[in-house]
Amino acid sequence: MAETKLAAYICQGCGLGERLDTAELAKVAQKEGKVPLVKEHEFLCNAAGVQMIRDDITNEGVTHVVIGACSRRAKTEAFGFTDVAVSRANLREGVIWTQPDTVEAREKTQEMAADYIRMGCAEVKKMVLPTGNPNAATNMKMLVVGGGISGMTAALEASKAGYKVVIVEKSPQLGGWMAQLYKRVPSHSPYSDPVDTGVEELAAAVQGDANIKVYLNAITSKTSGAPGKFVVEITPESAAAITEEVGAIVQATGFTPYDANNLPELGYGKSKNVVDQAGLEALAKAANGGVIKRPSDGGEVKSVVFVQCAGQRDDTGKHLPYCSGNCCNTSIKQAMYFKDANPDIDTVVIFDDLRTPGNGEDFYRSAQQKGVTFTKGKVSTVDATGNTCKVNFHDLILGDENAAIVDADLVVLATGQVANSGVDTEARLRAEAASLAGDDALLTALDAQESQEGKKISILNLTYRQGPDLPQLKYGFNDSHFICFPYETRRTGIYAAGPVRRPMDIAQAVEDATGAAMKAIQAMENAAVGSAAHPRSGDLSYPSFRMEGCTQCKRCTVECPFGAIDEDEKRYPLFNESRCRRCGTCMGACPVRVISFENYSVDTVGSQIKAVEVPDEFSEKLRILILACENDAYPALDMAAMNKQLYSSFVRIIPVRCLGSVNTIWITDALNNGYDGVMMMGCKHGDDYQCHFVKGSELANYRMSKVDDTLKGMGLEPERVQTFEAAITDIERLPRLINEYAAKIEEIGMSPFKGF
Amino acid sequence: MSDANTQAVEKYRNNFLKEVSERVEEGDWVKMCMQCGVCSGSCPLGSAWAHPPQEIFMMIRAGKREEVLTSDSMWMCTSCYNCIVRCPRKLPITHIMHGLANYAHRLGLAPKNQPTRVLGTLFWNNAIQNGRINELKFSLALYFKDGFSQGIKNALAMKDAGLGLLKAKRLNPFEIFGGHGCKGKKGIHAMLKKAQEIEARRKNFTA
Repeated sequence: MAETKLAAYICQGCGLGERLDTAELAKVAQKEGKVPLVKEHEFLCNAAGVQMIRDDITNEGVTHVVIGACSRRAKTEAFGFTDVAVSRANLREGVIWTQPDTVEAREKTQEMAADYIRMGCAEVKKMVLPTGNPNAATNMKMLVVGGGISGMTAALEASKAGYKVVIVEKSPQLGGWMAQLYKRVPSHSPYSDPVDTGVEELAAAVQGDANIKVYLNAITSKTSGAPGKFVVEITPESAAAITEEVGAIVQATGFTPYDANNLPELGYGKSKNVVDQAGLEALAKAANGGVIKRPSDGGEVKSVVFVQCAGQRDDTGKHLPYCSGNCCNTSIKQAMYFKDANPDIDTVVIFDDLRTPGNGEDFYRSAQQKGVTFTKGKVSTVDATGNTCKVNFHDLILGDENAAIVDADLVVLATGQVANSGVDTEARLRAEAASLAGDDALLTALDAQESQEGKKISILNLTYRQGPDLPQLKYGFNDSHFICFPYETRRTGIYAAGPVRRPMDIAQAVEDATGAAMKAIQAMENAAVGSAAHPRSGDLSYPSFRMEGCTQCKRCTVECPFGAIDEDEKRYPLFNESRCRRCGTCMGACPVRVISFENYSVDTVGSQIKAVEVPDEFSEKLRILILACENDAYPALDMAAMNKQLYSSFVRIIPVRCLGSVNTIWITDALNNGYDGVMMMGCKHGDDYQCHFVKGSELANYRMSKVDDTLKGMGLEPERVQTFEAAITDIERLPRLINEYAAKIEEIGMSPFKGF
Repeated sequence: MSDANTQAVEKYRNNFLKEVSERVEEGDWVKMCMQCGVCSGSCPLGSAWAHPPQEIFMMIRAGKREEVLTSDSMWMCTSCYNCIVRCPRKLPITHIMHGLANYAHRLGLAPKNQPTRVLGTLFWNNAIQNGRINELKFSLALYFKDGFSQGIKNALAMKDAGLGLLKAKRLNPFEIFGGHGCKGKKGIHAMLKKAQEIEARRKNFTA
């Protein structure tokens, strides 16, 4: 690249010119920021302003630009120069909109603006224009593991978008659970009757698609690589392994019904006339539109009872604690099998809460029209006598604890879904952590489970250092960020779709699979151009490791939420660029600070911290550093500014990619430079985390808990460094938080480190 | 037990929901109840009922025929229509309650001394007799429903209102002797008879 040439542009629009002395700011950029080319403009984001910058890039050879205008989240198109390094000094949202427009406030407002200009100049000098992943790979074929409705849909959608697909299905045919159904819940208006599944046509479409290659009776025995260059070993039953190279993977391995053998009190195993929902589908399929027969003796079914939440939504800890979300509709559908054949058959659904997501409400109403009886109650036991069953239940409306249906010919248990995920790579870690904390229950349970059923089999057999399968959430479902990024797992380029992700029905699985296929395509396309998959889609930067400084502490490999870092033979970190989501958690973790991005590093942020002018102890002016997560806290602060929520002029805010990228050296540097306090704003962590990078804010919180000792060592009050959880909706709360914190620091007093 | 009741038990056996569905005014709607309880919660007299509507519907489904038909709960309805307005499934709950009360009365299962039932019977009998209401006879019949001495006590308690009505010429004491009728009384009787026939046919009442 050509020689570095800096330029700074200061906007006077949006009231900046009236509130701030921009000429003074230009002087700051020139003298203190050492920027040779500084210009003011009355309306920087208009065509003329942008053209002015563009001309300087072309004619003057400007390579690094500081834009002192609005927030980096505003005018991204106008200021989206891709051929130069850009730093944004947030004078609008960060300064004038959050400060009172009074004569008295003018001096402090100007100081704030000057600091942001200094920070912008300091940052941009340390930035290098990102060039993209040098090891980019361009494989555009997609692997789908699982040939059920989710897998087939993902494959067909990807094929329609023009991509090649490989399906690996462990059973001898495509179709999965859907092929086991007699009929399905309707997905189109009028939602009144069960309809044909259409699974044969779908399977035929997959088989007949030239873009899709299907391996039946096969498993994925080994998976290595990264987005754009996965290498997958597919092992068909009794045949040699085949190697396929793919760009992205969709895992659609579906579910297994919760084992009804765990429910002997509901008569399962004791009477042949007690079946689970899958069992009833089999009976209906066998009857094929004819009369459904009683399994025990082939007798006529005159009365059938559906037991909802059998082993689900259980708070005793023995069964599934969650709702599977599809069983109510399934029971409604199955009750219609009987009612449609003969309206005189007694069909009773005993439910606790009837949950009919999607358009199930219409389907439910239709069943009521057909005369299916819905009874709100909780089934306690099912007694089998001869060829009928007695269903004992607590009638929750009539308050009758001894209600019973005495002559049920058939009892159907709605048992719910258990994810077909692979090995829980984090179960042992979690159990060991709990055990250390004094709770041995998890570890004991895990040991018992392992000795009983042997090790659970892996599905993807990843050769990642982080384990052979996708990390799981509670209850064994695969997921990454439930709210913001469904389908995405914590292994970049590998997506979960269908009931392996969360319990769901066919309609939801179809939508899910389509979404997952689109995300997989996005990952492949991004990997091909060397940029990040998501959430920083299009980001060309990636971390580089200065190996000669590395002490092999492995924190980066352990803490990377996405398994992007393996270890090489010499136990140095082996980085996989295209698996990386660019959160910077590794950078925050590294104790020797050898990890950096081209445009985001310990140095870019550290220089900003040091660029702030810290007033001396007699000035009565505090300086508080805020490190704010750019996904939630920073937008919330911007929105607070738009609403003209005022906050202390003593704060200087630096956006960070994730609180996980915060290196403790920044805190130490800030305190050593005489800052009076540091606020960190990250996303909610824990089981119901909202962190876009899953673990970032949690790790930050953990690291910061260790900062207390450092503070004590420095003779400082621990309150001077605090971490806060912030959501993007905290528009009113954050300014309040800042003001409260500033008041508290004022109470504690100035930092003794000023002027050293 | 009345003949009508015996026949109904015979006809529907234990399928009370079907019986209600076929024979009770708007009874077909009972199966559509989704047990949300908004009707019971909305009823201004809810706490006075032994069985609020939600419970009545559940009892019908559970086949509690005797308990429902002998209950006085549906007689408590004052037709405020709050339940109908609020029911998310648009069940005509008020009408169903009246239908149930009427059906229980027809089968002879309604509680004999239920005040609403007594008032309704007296009113209706009085009205069809002359084709219009004889207010004096109707009030007296109501006063004396529990015997002569109670009737005297009731009349004395209401004497001020009675005298007031008399003075305002809203009450004619001579109405006690037959009272005035209306034109075409025969036609009214024939019409009501026909209506009853049609209803019996439509609701499957065996003669």
